[in-house]
Amino acid sequence: MQPRAEIVHWLFASGFLLLGLCLLAEAIVGTAVWRRRRWRAYLWPSLAFAIGLFLVPVMVFFTSSTLHMLAHGAWAQVAMLAGATQLALVRGKLRSRWWTLVVSLALLVSGAAFLIHEQNPWLFSRAAFLHHALGWTAIGAAVFPLGQILRPRSPVWTGGFALTFVAIAVLLFADRDLAPIFGHLSEVARASAQP
Amino acid sequence: MASTEYTGELERPPQHAARRYGRALAIEALGPLTALGGLVWSVAQPYRLTLLHPRGEGLWSLAVQPPLLVVLVGLVFALAIAPGILEDLEASRSED
Repeated sequence: MQPRAEIVHWLFASGFLLLGLCLLAEAIVGTAVWRRRRWRAYLWPSLAFAIGLFLVPVMVFFTSSTLHMLAHGAWAQVAMLAGATQLALVRGKLRSRWWTLVVSLALLVSGAAFLIHEQNPWLFSRAAFLHHALGWTAIGAAVFPLGQILRPRSPVWTGGFALTFVAIAVLLFADRDLAPIFGHLSEVARASAQP
Repeated sequence: MASTEYTGELERPPQHAARRYGRALAIEALGPLTALGGLVWSVAQPYRLTLLHPRGEGLWSLAVQPPLLVVLVGLVFALAIAPGILEDLEASRSED
């Protein structure tokens, strides 16, 4: 009954897409309107925390390699850390907006984990390409929370941050356990997929 | 100089209203556009919808396919999240 890895990636993609749409909506209407209903203020931090929580069983059950397990574990922890600090900021337990830098840290760690645990080159297979693309997307997106701290009202930073999650969702939806990328599929990848 | 300031004052409210209308339209469009993206994907790659031509796949492979998930996310946003945002946008407009 255990789903294939690609199915787990698609389920996470759905969570990221919903998160991206919510953040995009907040960027469009502004934080004041978005937070008129209390539950909405908690939505993105809770989703980030939940994504981290759901990554724990992924770490436990998908142990194809130690590197995968460590990467999933790192994502779980930084996603929960980012969600928790954002929850504390919304709740008023934390006051300094510099705590938003934890989100940058989470993106940097996630991006590094993607790049470090992918041992193959970009065109080895679609999964390898997506690991590289996701890694660099996360690392590049780490600048958005910093921009949000320095210029909280600028739509560039809030919109860019929201679109990052939409981009991550698109990349995760494109994942397949074994598929070519731009017509390239390594013979090693093909052979390793044979039963 | 004075006439420029006066014209600016007169033009601000319609611009403000247009911006609010644009925001409401964008919020209304986000969910349906996302769902439409899923529909277009399912037309472009119909083999992704294993439900339409099952070949002994398990429940996961039948129920969890990206185009279906994209449509589902679009519908959840359009039906559960967007209406409240539009109400609050309207309420903030009447308060201004």
